Amino acid sequence: MLPDVNKIRTIKEIPNIDLFVSGHRLCAGCGIPILIKNVLRAIPDPKALVNATGCLEVASTIYPYTSWKVPWVHVAFENAAAVASGIEAAFRALERKKGGQKYNVIALGGDGGTFDIGIQALSGALERGHDLIYICYDNEAYMNTGIQRSGGTPLGAATTTSPAGSVIPGKPEYKKSLMDIVVAHGVPYAATLNPAYPVDMYNKLLKANEFEGPKFFHYYSPCPVGWWASESMSIEIARLAVQTLVWPLYEVEYGKYRITVNIRNPKPIEEYLKTQGRFRHLFKPENRWIIDELQRRVRENWERLEKLTKL
Amino acid sequence: MSSWPRDWRELPMAGIINIAGSSLDYKTGTWRARKPVLYPDKCIKCQICWLFCPDMAINRLEDDSVEINYEYCKGCGICAEECPTKAIEMVEEVG
Repeated sequence: MLPDVNKIRTIKEIPNIDLFVSGHRLCAGCGIPILIKNVLRAIPDPKALVNATGCLEVASTIYPYTSWKVPWVHVAFENAAAVASGIEAAFRALERKKGGQKYNVIALGGDGGTFDIGIQALSGALERGHDLIYICYDNEAYMNTGIQRSGGTPLGAATTTSPAGSVIPGKPEYKKSLMDIVVAHGVPYAATLNPAYPVDMYNKLLKANEFEGPKFFHYYSPCPVGWWASESMSIEIARLAVQTLVWPLYEVEYGKYRITVNIRNPKPIEEYLKTQGRFRHLFKPENRWIIDELQRRVRENWERLEKLTKL
Repeated sequence: MSSWPRDWRELPMAGIINIAGSSLDYKTGTWRARKPVLYPDKCIKCQICWLFCPDMAINRLEDDSVEINYEYCKGCGICAEECPTKAIEMVEEVG
């Protein structure tokens, strides 16, 4: 069998270009630039980016500096997907009336701008079937404004608005299952990404070019500041998230599930939790039930995914 | 316009930044408390550090060898942590 030309096998095949450049003011050890630089390598030119308010927008374009070498626009917290829809429709109209190249439109939002504030715009864009790529970089809280809990914060995580103490043991609610919400729209392609698996991430991004219609990516973005973790450990934490089944890597093509990184012997979830200060209180005896609950849920979710791949 | 404006009258309207990649003028290397030191004899040119560096402060050269750009390196230490041959070591920044 001939090798798939639209797939890479090693890191060295990733082109050596940077359209997102140094001098941005994201924190040391942030996971977001690792996503962005590879998105800009994998999605061909010409492209236009729409960025919801969030860490990435705030830190990459502090006037008069910009870290972007591609057309980029900042919009409000809630409407990245709506603006991207409009841009995509405008480019399509231009192409029809005057000819010209098709643009790849990419919308970027954090977990706040996707799970909570931007979900209606996202849902609308997915339903209308615009030919765009929406990427959610999920650092599991509103990190930019000071670590407030979001719909993406997992159960038991301490944030400034769900502090662990005698009243609550961190966030009392579960993390919203964003992938299921997106897949329910019947999108052509949706996938989860993780920086510790760069070849898998890059191949999924390349695959997005093959589909017409809305494509969605959910990226696990380590946040050393908000998670009270060591900044050098970002990739290691991301790797543990996959190995403990917290962040299963899979893709959904027109409703057909496929697990892309199979974990045969998952590690216990404690190994993931103990790397981050936001989960430190869970190791007290009275909070033991939360760890058991998280462990039960990640395992159930993995079993559910395994069943879905067999459909 | 491709250079910095001389006064405010030359500023573009509506907060547009028309110098692509102008943040290269902002050196984030001053943030650093620890600095990565590369030992080229141990390097196997795997590009893992180049791929993971969040500050694009590791340059990948023509022959796939790497060099660290201290003007932008924030000293997070991901490169030293992920290097499979421990060819990068974090040392305290002095002075």
